[in-house]
Parts: sequence; structure tokens; C-alpha cells
Amino acid sequence: MDEPVTRDERDDLDRREFLQKCGVAAALAWVVNIARTEAEQRADYRAADHLYGMAIDPGKCIGCGRCMEACKAENDVPASSGTCRTWVERYVLTTDGQTIVQSLDESRATPPPVDEKKILRTFFVPKLCNQCANPPCVQVCPVGATFITPDGVVLVDKDYCIGCRYCIQACPYGARYLDPRTYTADKCTFCYHRITKGLVPACVEVCPAGARIFGELRGRNSPLARYLRFSKLQVLKPHLNTEPKVYYANLDGEVR
Amino acid sequence: MNDRLPSSGAGRPRIPQQVTRLLVLFAFFVVALVVARHYLVPPTFGDIGHYRAAAIPQIAAQPVKYAGREACADCHPDVIETHARGRHHFVGCETCHGPAAAHVANPAEVKPRVPRERDFCPRCHGYDPSRPTGFPQIETASHNPGQACVTCHTPHAPAPPTLPASCAACHGEIAKTKAASRHATVPCTRCHEASDQHKDMPRANPPTKPTTREFCGQCHAKGADEKSGGRGLESGVGRPESGADIPQIDMSTHGQRFLCWQCHYPHSPEVR
Repeated sequence: MDEPVTRDERDDLDRREFLQKCGVAAALAWVVNIARTEAEQRADYRAADHLYGMAIDPGKCIGCGRCMEACKAENDVPASSGTCRTWVERYVLTTDGQTIVQSLDESRATPPPVDEKKILRTFFVPKLCNQCANPPCVQVCPVGATFITPDGVVLVDKDYCIGCRYCIQACPYGARYLDPRTYTADKCTFCYHRITKGLVPACVEVCPAGARIFGELRGRNSPLARYLRFSKLQVLKPHLNTEPKVYYANLDGEVR
Repeated sequence: MNDRLPSSGAGRPRIPQQVTRLLVLFAFFVVALVVARHYLVPPTFGDIGHYRAAAIPQIAAQPVKYAGREACADCHPDVIETHARGRHHFVGCETCHGPAAAHVANPAEVKPRVPRERDFCPRCHGYDPSRPTGFPQIETASHNPGQACVTCHTPHAPAPPTLPASCAACHGEIAKTKAASRHATVPCTRCHEASDQHKDMPRANPPTKPTTREFCGQCHAKGADEKSGGRGLESGVGRPESGADIPQIDMSTHGQRFLCWQCHYPHSPEVR
């Protein structure tokens, strides 16, 4: 089908016939190729067609901790407060100029750290792995156990990680932890097992305030692309050139 | 490679013996490296990048525990419809009901949680200074203490209990107090009868007030009919789950000389 001529026939072909056969072969190959890619798209997921990101609106976050709870349930994360793939910080700016950052406990309500009369302003900031396009954690991994997938998610290969903790040190956002059961590094995967099935990450699914918007960064018709068009955005620690794919809308200048 | 060694006669200078040995050793290390690499480097390493390509499908194969709200709509269209019209319409089903993929797979045996505890809703709606301004919040200590939230609020389409506008227009203070009290679900007309003239000339035509101890005793006397607690309430919402929730006293020994409202404030009755 794809070989229009054979060596033995070559002498018998004139140019017109040869070109005709070439044309037929090319058309056939094209049709077959189209049919195959469509079948593939239906059958399985093509990572190269996607690029995921998340936007966070701290102005909507109510600090209920459902995202932390859902993340732990969905991803079987150990219950200890030191092991969180996503977490919520309470920023308290006091009238005497201090900035207090407090991580919430997902299992019970966390009271504000200072008396309410001393608060100048206060708000919650949900945090998670920023899924950097230029991730320091991937750079430092000595064995290639952490990597960035074609769809832009930074993942950890648990079976290959040697637990050296370089990546935990390298992450400027503190998004990684050592799994106390396997002694391997672990972090937010954007719920890779969910997004590749067309679902949204668990934290986005349960957020009652709509503070997290997940979607495709490419193309104009994803909820995320729309949100990014209409919001004033910031990323965390932009001076580090990590190029995060988690964007924060209307972020307070005190947030680091 | 090795057949080069003996052929070093004729025109070219002979390769010194020590170099030959070094070459053999070098060849051995190259082979050892190739063999070691074959066994030590995982099969799919480097297929896409400097990592094990097989790790991606492995991570993607992790089981899903939160089914997503679309999955709920297939079997619970009625709830979804109520929910879509209420103020909780953007809140996912699994935010309150917990991970439900197991329930979707096996609806008969696995049931998701139905949180009715009083400390569940304040995780979002309890007062916290860091919450955004305007987000509905309550002081849990004084907001109808001891009652489950579902007594007054339908979680799928929540709304604060309201008084008829005809009462609340003038008696806003009482309406607000009562809305957060244990009597939140008792309608005004249960205790008061207001004639139509009350709206025109309120002072000249005051509404009635309960005048006997027995009136309150219908619910609060010891041994009062348990079901009487729910009498006069709108169906469903607001009905106390059982008479045991209603504090009951012995009418013969409890403050005989006074009417109930001389000591208790019925619009915000104190709690046990």
C-alpha cells in the first residue's frame, strides 16, 4: 500500500504512471492516518494534547480545609499534619506591623493566632505544588525519579525515588514531603489519575467556595483560560524563574 | 575489535603489548558497562525524557475516590435540581457527603456519609475573621445552641428561616433574635393572634399573647405529647427529631406563681 513501485517494476513505469501511483499511496496513507488518530483519541489519553494549570482566588477561600481533607482521602496521604499535598495558610497582618502565617489543621478548626482587635487584615491562601514549567526539584533529582510529563505535571516515580530529599530542599514552595511509610518524596500530582480521565483534581471538586479553578492552559474555551483572561494574576516567588502553572488572583503583597 | 590485534604486522608498527592489554581491559569495562546498564536501568527509562516512562501510566492508574458531581446527577436528579436552584449550587456533592466513587460503583451497599452533626456546617459557616467579608457566618455559641443545623436549614438549598414580611417589617429585632434561637421554627401565629386592624393601628389593636402556663406546657410540661412539639410547624424542615429535644418541666413544682414569659424570653429561650 505504501510502496507504490518495486525495484522490478521500475523499468516498466513511465513518469505519469509513477506520479499517479505516488498520489494514490499518499492519499491512502493520509486516510489511514486520520482514522488511526481518531480511534486513538477515543481509546486513550494523549498527554501531548494537554497542558494543565490551576488558578487560585484567595479572596474566595473560606479556610474550611475540605481541600486538604479530600486530597488526603483521594491520594492516600498519611494523616500527619507534616504531610500535605495541599494546605491552607492563614495570613494575619497585625496592627503593629507583624505578618503571621499559620497553617490550618484539616481535622479541626484552627483559631486565629492573635486577638481579633490586633488584626489589621487577614485572609486565607490555599497552597499546593506550583507545577513549575522550570522546576528546581526535577533539576536536582540525582536519579531521574521526578520529572515533568508532556502535559505539564511534575510527578514523582515512587518506585525509582531513592529518598535522598534533595528535591524537598530544592522546592522553594515547600510543596514536597517525605512519605513516612515508603521513605520516598511525594507531592501534589494535580490528581494525575483524575485529570487523565477527564475529572478535576479532588481539591477543586470539593472546594465549596470556588476558590480553585482547574483546566487547560492552552485554548480559549477552558474555565481556567477564561479565568486567566479576566483576572489580575500573580505567581508565587516570580523572581526565582520557576514559571509556576498555579496562578493566584489579586494576591496580597505579603504572601510569599 | 579483537581481530585488529594480531593483524598488526606488515607495514604498520606493532602495537605494544601493554597497550593491547589496556585495550582488552577497556573492552571488558565497556562490555561490563553495557551489561550493567541493561540490567540496572529500568526498561522504559529515557523513552520520553530522563525518567521512567512507565511511571506515568502507573501513577495514572491510581483508583479514583471522588466520583465528581456529574456522577451523582444520574441517580439523584431531584436533589440535583433543588441543589442547582439553591445558594449551595456551586458546592460539590462530595464536599459534604465525602468520597463517593465506591457508592457509585456499588450504590446498594456503600452509602456516603450524611453529616447531621452540629459541628459539621460551622467548618465553613462558623465565624472566622479571615473569611471573606459577606460570607454567611454564625457565632456557634449563641446561634440556636444544641440544635442540629438541618433542623432549620435545608442543606441542598439553604436559606435563613424567615418570618412573614407582615410581622418582620416592624418587628425586625424580634425576627432577627428568633431566627437564631431555639424557637426559630415556631411560627409567630403559634403564640400570637393579630387582627387585621393591628397593621393599621398597632397600639390600639395589640396581638394576643399566651396568658396561661398551660399554653407553654403543651410542649414543655413533663409528659407532654412528644409529637406536639412538631405541631404547627411547616412539614419537614423545623421539626425537632423527637420530643426529647424539647426541655420539659414539672408544671406543679416549677415556678407556679408566674407565667412562663415572666421569667423566660420566648423569642430566644435560654438553653439547659
